[in-house]
Amino acid sequence: MSFPLHAHLARCERAEGGLDVELRLRLPSDVGVVEEAVELVARHLEAAFVDRRTIRFNLRVALAEAIGNAILYGNTEDETKGVAVRVLFGRNTVEMEVTDEGCGFDYRYLPDPTLPANRMRPYGRGLFLIRQLVDEVRFNDAGNSICMILRRA
Amino acid sequence: MAFNVKKAGGVVVIEVEGQLIVGNRQELKQRVLDALEAGDRKFLIDFTRTGYIDSSGLGVLVSLSKKIRDEGGDLRLAGLNEDLKTLFELTKLDTLFAITDSAQEALSAF
Repeated sequence: MSFPLHAHLARCERAEGGLDVELRLRLPSDVGVVEEAVELVARHLEAAFVDRRTIRFNLRVALAEAIGNAILYGNTEDETKGVAVRVLFGRNTVEMEVTDEGCGFDYRYLPDPTLPANRMRPYGRGLFLIRQLVDEVRFNDAGNSICMILRRA
Repeated sequence: MAFNVKKAGGVVVIEVEGQLIVGNRQELKQRVLDALEAGDRKFLIDFTRTGYIDSSGLGVLVSLSKKIRDEGGDLRLAGLNEDLKTLFELTKLDTLFAITDSAQEALSAF
């Protein structure tokens, strides 16, 4: 299935920390768009970022997680709500912000999915994976917006 | 992304082409559950042509593993590239699954 996703690209006037291009996407709350959205972002970054493996793997998995969480748990697949993706990038740094229209969640208290008691659970690995795959994770106060940062020398 | 399902010597082999993520994990689950319902008990999921897996994909593998075991069956995974192996190691799921380098190795281990 194909979705008419369009990225809005802009060169930042104030280059901060080497982040000189901004990409914005607005997604519907449909899990069917996750792969296409991730590929759209990754294609823009592959030519610009210094480390291709980081884009091929870390970025793709972390971004798919964040968008999937926003659609499933943030917006509870409510088709009247959307997901905003904002990516700032340069040669050495990528900042990816994913924001849903839900009530947010308490990101500070999540069980460790690698503990033996939790390993057989079919859920609870998303944020753990994001934290393993990117260099820094930040949330807004409401807990409905995640910012993931990748840095490579 | 697509799932190619075939039978090899009594084993249901599912090749995952593309990604195994939130958008298609239910399709994989249904394919396996349908085969279980039809009486199949040996399953091999081949990731040789897979790009990446997200936590929803990993979650489906965990729940299928339990379901298949509860029905007296066996699930094996094969063909994980270095990136995918990293995912299983980070989540310690490499300790839950029987994982082999190639589909052929997995088939001969059933």
